[in-house]
Amino acid sequence: MNPKKGELIATREGYGDAIVEVGEKHANAVVLDADLAKSTRSLKFGKKFPDRFWYVGINEADLISTAAGLALSGKIAFASSFAAFITNNAFDQLKMSVCYSNANVKVIGSHGGLITGQDGPSAQAIMDVSLMRTLPGMAVIVPADYYETKKATHAIAEHTGPCYLRTTREGIPVLFDDSHDFEIGKAQVLEEGADACIVACGAMVSEALKARELLAGKKISATVINSPSIKPLDSKTILKASSKSNLVVSCEDHSIIGGLGSAVAEVLSESQPKKMVRIGVRDVFGESGKARELLEKYGMDSKVIAKAVENGLKK
Amino acid sequence: MQQKKPVEELKKIAQELRKDIVQMTTEAGSGHPTSSLSCIDILTCLYFSEMNYDSKRPTWPDRDRFIMSKGHAVPAQYACLARAGFFPKQELLTLRKINSRLQGHPDHVKTPGIEVSGGSLGQGLSVGNGMAMAGRLDKKNYRVYVLMGDGEQQEGQIWEAAMSAPNFKLDNVCGIIDLNGLQNDEWVEKEKSIQPLADKWRAFNWHVIEISGHDFGQILSALEQARKAKGKPTLIIAKTVKGKGVSFISDNPDMHGVAVKKEDLQRALDEIEGKK
Repeated sequence: MNPKKGELIATREGYGDAIVEVGEKHANAVVLDADLAKSTRSLKFGKKFPDRFWYVGINEADLISTAAGLALSGKIAFASSFAAFITNNAFDQLKMSVCYSNANVKVIGSHGGLITGQDGPSAQAIMDVSLMRTLPGMAVIVPADYYETKKATHAIAEHTGPCYLRTTREGIPVLFDDSHDFEIGKAQVLEEGADACIVACGAMVSEALKARELLAGKKISATVINSPSIKPLDSKTILKASSKSNLVVSCEDHSIIGGLGSAVAEVLSESQPKKMVRIGVRDVFGESGKARELLEKYGMDSKVIAKAVENGLKK
Repeated sequence: MQQKKPVEELKKIAQELRKDIVQMTTEAGSGHPTSSLSCIDILTCLYFSEMNYDSKRPTWPDRDRFIMSKGHAVPAQYACLARAGFFPKQELLTLRKINSRLQGHPDHVKTPGIEVSGGSLGQGLSVGNGMAMAGRLDKKNYRVYVLMGDGEQQEGQIWEAAMSAPNFKLDNVCGIIDLNGLQNDEWVEKEKSIQPLADKWRAFNWHVIEISGHDFGQILSALEQARKAKGKPTLIIAKTVKGKGVSFISDNPDMHGVAVKKEDLQRALDEIEGKK
């Protein structure tokens, strides 16, 4: 797949394309899935490398501990399912079998966020990043487009240690191309501005960029940072880029409790206190609906972000 | 293959290991001696007769793996690992103390010879299945042994893993249940019955063997049958006595996770040695 900027492509496609390349590059890469490999796109690997792919059944606890066993015997073990199931149902297995054992397991959660849409709250992962962030040793990655997801899939395969990668079911705009750099622990300033600093991840990066354009029409200039690495967080880039701004706004398709907004607030409050607004799901469950309708209803689209910046700067 | 030892020698080793278990938990002032004493005869047969490993190379890729899924019984495994040379025996007395490599429950990162961290019940068999799948992929002959508790059979994940191993035809997996009849608070059958246990595992398509977990001949023969069984995994149900060897802490629902008091230590050691 070679999508152009602006095309709508689900980031799970980036994982699906990259995991096949990972399989070619790393003979010790294996993939396990709990009956959702068609959706997560792990099945692309399964078709290419049937000996290194297993369906373990609809049981996320067994999925994660089995992946740990493979990893502890020298494999790079990718385990995939919906983000909501793999992080919530197997949390203790991720703690004990994976992180406490420092097993080289890569947790792939597709269908991240409210934009998962019509399946409703059971499938809309909005606590996954928060949960994964609390696990000692777990790297947490939420890529912003197809290309970044491809690069991130390769990066977590190269990294030794537990990683969580969140992808989307829904098509989101392609922002980068094949030359895009991704590194665990690195954020990047996409646009610079003087008044406010917006830090976003995943599907919300394109919303943040649109909000920046809306603000420009009102003579407000905003920096936009893409922060795909929620943990480790690139606090250096975030502190530097926000140092001259009067307001910092975080944007994520996730609960405002425990995710990117919390991570940014923690860093700012310790080193460089700033007024902050967190855009995200406000401690409620979502509902069935189209992605765009959900972002509007739950106050997370570009218009809401722009308004939040405007209001934040007034006060 | 390590050299087979005569049963009499294994019995002597188990007696020494029982003393280690009681001493280290008494020194720590906490821990699970009764859960460790019930499975130590099984571990003795595994570590000193059945399993292939090299204590100087704990991560030797061809080693047989042992997973203590009932993680609270890890003092039994520490006693074996120390005797086998994974770490010095005097380190046993650091159990549960600050800065020790010997945590209250298994820690894969800190302790040589511990294959996966544990202590939260139900996960060991899934991990063992994964190790067995890796072994088959790498065309290695190693075997994976997973010791589970009987109370642990109440964990749902056990049955997820029980469904997986026969599905993947993992005949390199051997599950062992330490059927001592007691869980933390109560007799297992009084709190939440797990019976008919052998029928359940047979229904899940395992090769099931029922033995006494304190009869060395039966343990060794079951492990040999498990090694020879092809096409499906083996489950050994070993009937045991919780606290076996120390009468005043054994077979008692109030003695889970209770260390022998310092003033009773000599009495316990004498009993293990057969002095009265």
